[in-house]
Amino acid sequence: MTRRPVEVGDPERLYTVTGGRSRADGDAFDLVTLIVAESDPAPWMQSEHVRILRLCRTPSAVVEISADLGMPVTVVRILLGDLLATGRITARHPQQGAGAGVPLPDSALLEEVLHGLRRL
Amino acid sequence: MDSAGSDAPAGTVPAARVPLGRAADTGLKIVVVGGFGVGKTTLVRSVSEIRPLNTEEVMTRAGVGVDETAGVGRKSTTTVAFDFGRISLDERRVLYLFGAPGQERFWFLWDRLFSGTLGAVVLVDTRRMSDSWYAVDRLEHHGTPFVVAVNRFDGDLAAFSLGEIRQALSLGPGVPLIDCDARVRSSGKHVLITLVDHLRALAGAREGKP
Ligand SMILES: Nc1nc2c(ncn2[C@@H]2O[C@H](COP(=O)(O)OP(=O)(O)OP(=O)(O)O)[C@@H](O)[C@H]2O)c(=O)[nH]1
Ligand SMILES: [Mg+2]
Repeated sequence: MTRRPVEVGDPERLYTVTGGRSRADGDAFDLVTLIVAESDPAPWMQSEHVRILRLCRTPSAVVEISADLGMPVTVVRILLGDLLATGRITARHPQQGAGAGVPLPDSALLEEVLHGLRRL
Repeated sequence: MDSAGSDAPAGTVPAARVPLGRAADTGLKIVVVGGFGVGKTTLVRSVSEIRPLNTEEVMTRAGVGVDETAGVGRKSTTTVAFDFGRISLDERRVLYLFGAPGQERFWFLWDRLFSGTLGAVVLVDTRRMSDSWYAVDRLEHHGTPFVVAVNRFDGDLAAFSLGEIRQALSLGPGVPLIDCDARVRSSGKHVLITLVDHLRALAGAREGKP
């Protein structure tokens, strides 16, 4: 995988959170990838990791985690990369969409979406 | 399916975000894009099952990793704030609706944030039509299918017709164009259905089905 450069917001704070890393190995995480915790937080874990594991007791989208932590999506991707690497979370990735190197949405999926919207 | 959150009286803070069901495994996205104050958040709120949340993405300019430079604090960064809501479509599928500004720096982050979107809604305020022109142009450039929804504000004296708006935005005949009131749930729902109907027609044509 090519490592793409990223971004930090308030550098001081975010450097602390990510242990100084500013590159994400977490390009795997889409905004709407759903994250599920596979273990309980341990007392020695970094507080952001603990919060993520608590939030993800039920599936939570990356963007929801970002909003709840009050941290830019980029930083959350880095934190999620740590947790994924140690097997503490699993990720349910989106499978269809326009222009992401994934297949365009097919009409069967769109039919399901329509169905759900009409029921609102 | 309940729609907890959206019915809470204004001003009360929901205790906690309504969790998704355990079977949720497919996130989908639709982006609402438009100029300042056009009603993006209002539209998201009117159809969402949660109170809209917001967050941001930050990216360094010039494609240089921060760790390769000294003086991080002087680095030129692009920040885009956006908000979002959520609609649980069924046990497995969850639709996320993003409200995003249409200004230039936002498009810089489009691929990073919104690639893989099903499609987009361009929200138009006819009193500031030029804001929408840019969004239409960028979406066409990115190949993202979209519909255009005109959020009619009370003080809109000019009251352009849809035909006039279609012409002003140079919309092709295949692009759906509708009126809406972003404050009204049924109207917001109609906007989304119009978009997904359009997407389904495009997919059907690709697949060689009627
Ligand atoms: N009269 C009228 N007012 C509206 C309508 N839609 C939104 N508003 C009001 O217009 C203002 C701006 O709406 P927002 O939903 O915050 O607009 P926005 O596009 O999210 O704005 P920014 O995020 O600041 O760019 C709010 O005070 C809304 O209550 C509408 O259809 N009619
Ligand atoms: Mg807004």
